[in-house]
Amino acid sequence: MAVVEKALRDAHGHLSGADPAKPLEYQDPNQSLRILGFWLFLATDMLLFGCLFATYLVLRTHTDGGPTAHELFDIPGFTAETFILLTSSFTGGLATLAMRNRNRKQVLAWLTVTILLGLAFVGLEAQEFYKDVLEGATMQRSAFLSAFFTLVGTHGSHVSLGIVWMFSILLQVAKRGLTQVTARKVFIVNLYWHFLDVVWVFIFTVVYLFGVVM
Amino acid sequence: MAAHGHAEQHHGGPVAAHEHHGAGKYIVGYIASLVLTAIAFWLALGHHMAGGPLALTLLILGGLQIVVQLFFFMHVTEGDGPPFHSVGLLLGLIFTFAIALMSIWIMSFHYQVQ
Repeated sequence: MAVVEKALRDAHGHLSGADPAKPLEYQDPNQSLRILGFWLFLATDMLLFGCLFATYLVLRTHTDGGPTAHELFDIPGFTAETFILLTSSFTGGLATLAMRNRNRKQVLAWLTVTILLGLAFVGLEAQEFYKDVLEGATMQRSAFLSAFFTLVGTHGSHVSLGIVWMFSILLQVAKRGLTQVTARKVFIVNLYWHFLDVVWVFIFTVVYLFGVVM
Repeated sequence: MAAHGHAEQHHGGPVAAHEHHGAGKYIVGYIASLVLTAIAFWLALGHHMAGGPLALTLLILGGLQIVVQLFFFMHVTEGDGPPFHSVGLLLGLIFTFAIALMSIWIMSFHYQVQ
């Protein structure tokens, strides 16, 4: 029985319409379509962040006598967050690479590293928000702070969701191995992760560096 | 061609039928993103430039980081069939930058809303 199932899976996975020259995640047209759909989601998610960036840029000087960006931002804190997220984008990329090389163990290892780095990032950000609130820089204090917490918090909740999602894919790969379906899932969760890294690069530029300098 | 792939998989297992991809591209991308970030920090914290040009330079460095992520990590040039995803992405990028930059431009008029 198991032999028949394996034969069917092999026939489905490697012969019917599968082109071995293509990466694993693109071999089934249904999975390719889902990858296209995910790219389109990323384009719309970009619009969400575009609106939040526009709001922040307009309101960043409206501090209402409260704490300013210059007083609030802690350079070692956001430097650490930036390097952690850049590194996690790299390790996520290595998970995609391992998936294309059909190396299940490495996929699991790199996804684990990426999740741990993501947790470190979210932990640092939560700590930063907690410290801000203790200093009286709450979301209600000024238009600047409302825009700041909305923009950075939306990114942070994206990362938190990404961690849960990546963990669920880790379990699926551990359980089912690397099929065309799990390969596609590994690929798109990492697309999401690289996208969040790009958004963070702009947060650290427009919010933190501009805040410290201007 | 399919029979050839079939035979290979049965003799050498699934791994042997596919070429091994190296990590070179990812390492280059990672180093590029670290260097771009380091340059941004150095420019911003070292007071090497005035406000306006500094802001523009930092944004250009951010734009280069997008390019690094897209081409080195996200495999944006790959896909099945026509590059519809690139069109969607380009449109998204145009809208995003238009919303952000035009908001700043309009607010710089300093008109009071009546």
